[in-house]
Amino acid sequence: MSAREAVLARIRAATGGDAGDAPERLAARPEGPRPARAGDDPVERFAAEARAAGSTVSGPVPPEDVPAAVAEWLVAENLPARLAASPDPALDRFPWSSRPLLTLERRRAEPEDRVALTPCFAGVAETGTLAMLSGPERPVTLNFLPEAHIALVSTRDLVGAYEDMWARMRAAGDTPRAVNLITGPSRSADIGQELRMGAHGPRKLHIVLVDDGRPGGSDVC
Amino acid sequence: MSFAGPANFRVSAARALADEPLQRELARFSQGFQVRRVEAAGRLPEFEALRDRARDIKNHCLAHLDFYLERFEENCRAAGGEVHWCATAEDARQAILAICRRLGAKTMAKGKSMVSEEIGLNEFLAEEGVRAVETDLGEYILQLRGESPSHIVAPAIHVATEQWTEAFRAAHTDRPADRSLSDGSEIMAEARAVLREQFLGADVGLTGANFLIAETGSSVIFTNEGNGDLSQTLPRAHIVIAGIEKVIPTLEDLSVFMRVLPRSATGQELTVYTTLSTGPRRAGDLDGPEEYHVVLLDNGRADMLGGEFQDMLRCIRCAACMNACPVYRQIGGHAYGWVYPGPMGAVLTPGLRGVEEAGHLPNASTFCGKCEEVCPVRIPLPRMMRHWREREFARRLSPAKFRYGLGLWAFFAARPALYRPFASLAARVLGRGRPWKRLPLAGGWTGTRDFPASEGRSFMSLWRAGRRR
Repeated sequence: MSAREAVLARIRAATGGDAGDAPERLAARPEGPRPARAGDDPVERFAAEARAAGSTVSGPVPPEDVPAAVAEWLVAENLPARLAASPDPALDRFPWSSRPLLTLERRRAEPEDRVALTPCFAGVAETGTLAMLSGPERPVTLNFLPEAHIALVSTRDLVGAYEDMWARMRAAGDTPRAVNLITGPSRSADIGQELRMGAHGPRKLHIVLVDDGRPGGSDVC
Repeated sequence: MSFAGPANFRVSAARALADEPLQRELARFSQGFQVRRVEAAGRLPEFEALRDRARDIKNHCLAHLDFYLERFEENCRAAGGEVHWCATAEDARQAILAICRRLGAKTMAKGKSMVSEEIGLNEFLAEEGVRAVETDLGEYILQLRGESPSHIVAPAIHVATEQWTEAFRAAHTDRPADRSLSDGSEIMAEARAVLREQFLGADVGLTGANFLIAETGSSVIFTNEGNGDLSQTLPRAHIVIAGIEKVIPTLEDLSVFMRVLPRSATGQELTVYTTLSTGPRRAGDLDGPEEYHVVLLDNGRADMLGGEFQDMLRCIRCAACMNACPVYRQIGGHAYGWVYPGPMGAVLTPGLRGVEEAGHLPNASTFCGKCEEVCPVRIPLPRMMRHWREREFARRLSPAKFRYGLGLWAFFAARPALYRPFASLAARVLGRGRPWKRLPLAGGWTGTRDFPASEGRSFMSLWRAGRRR
């Protein structure tokens, strides 16, 4: 008997091995309780929760002002204007040439990169969480290697609850290889039981909210 | 990274109580996590309803564990991952070694994984010529100090800042000897730089899993540092090791645990990095591992199904029970002698290693009930500790003096006509009013505290007097 069969046999000896309503439940995907806060104004709730988790948030700014918002933050933080930026075409709509000093290198991150710039699949208001889906145009290393991460979130991509994000993700296609849900900058309290930012991932996470109109809404209403 | 073994509990606990540096760290630890948990729960009115839901999801999964594991396997394979079923710790060690050998791997970057501690992976791989480097800051300092974790979420809470400095100076000899390294920020910056090289140079990466999702075939980790993500993104292969009880049905179910686990563990609304991994790098991807393996470990878990300890398999390893436990907070985690300390360890360790070896652990409880009160999946920890005590007694594993003493008491207690005159005589001999400082045959009990004295007349005599009136 293989280890697989041995383990399954031991489980079935104890449980009886009856699938019961499990196949239906797996297909129906019932939800648990949703926090009431997920129904709050998504921009306000998202920004408040993101700040509480140690992120900095600017905006909402109109799309044409995004390069300025990015450049200003970099200057304020004394960070270089050369960015490892996501190849994702979602970044193409911003007028980067309006800030000629900003250099966007569209690629994965390398260890020497200091700042990453990425769009986001969604922002979840209930905890101020960014949802990043991996893909050929969305390398995962950008989220973790550089010491600072600037994330652009469209107000249209703000959702209230985690469940809303999963629904959008399923609608977009197959489960991505990596789903990175990011809530604030990297941290650790392992040394002397004191919380410090920047353990292995970014020390700073700056979110620029892009004003694209009503969050989570459609053009109709 | 050796464990003292649960059989040494009494000696280890006594040593921990006398260990002044440890007591200083425990005193500081004592409040933080608990306060933050209460505050986080207070910010979420739905928290109690979510705990009920979390419990129910786990119960459902355990009742149909074979079904969900097979669905997980199917979907993991469909995404290009490989599933390795392992009945024992040795099976798991060999499965991981086989992957390393096939890839010619010499180094492994590790995220924090209690199951890897359970199977003694690092020592085993070292003997086979594979160097495993812990990259979680807490686990890294333990590896440098040759210690085991003392807490399942914050593994190095017993290590003081100056001990970090000392260990870093001894280990990182290629750095200037006169560098400043006393402040926590300096220590963290050095760890970040040193471990970067490990992520970038490692041949394989290994992480644990907080959950496995049957619907998608994904593994999920909840972390704060980002080392788990770097460990699984940069090397050629990502190996996940997880107990079979970790599987849950869907992403909707994961949402429930995203709401209860971090709040129960550290009081965060959500961990900084909550990462779902599904299979290896895909066509066109610019990064990510070329191989993705999930090592599913039984190692005694299936034997806990269907019996009085099944509820323990709901555990999501948040550590709220040990943060709340008055015993853990006095002696720390090392005294428990193995991977899992505190109340959850006192129930799980006898289950996985046998009551012969670990029977002391369920006795180290005041039954105050705090652990059950804070458990996000409502595991009846005190009740299960009582079950272990009963088994230990029934199998004559407890000390003879204890068993005879209890037998003698039971003999009298079952015979009221003998018990009452004897109890009233004893009360008179020992005296009323002042606490009893020493009791015959119970020196262990009165050695560290007084026994409350008899208040005067017994309940039975008051009852009879009342009825006559």
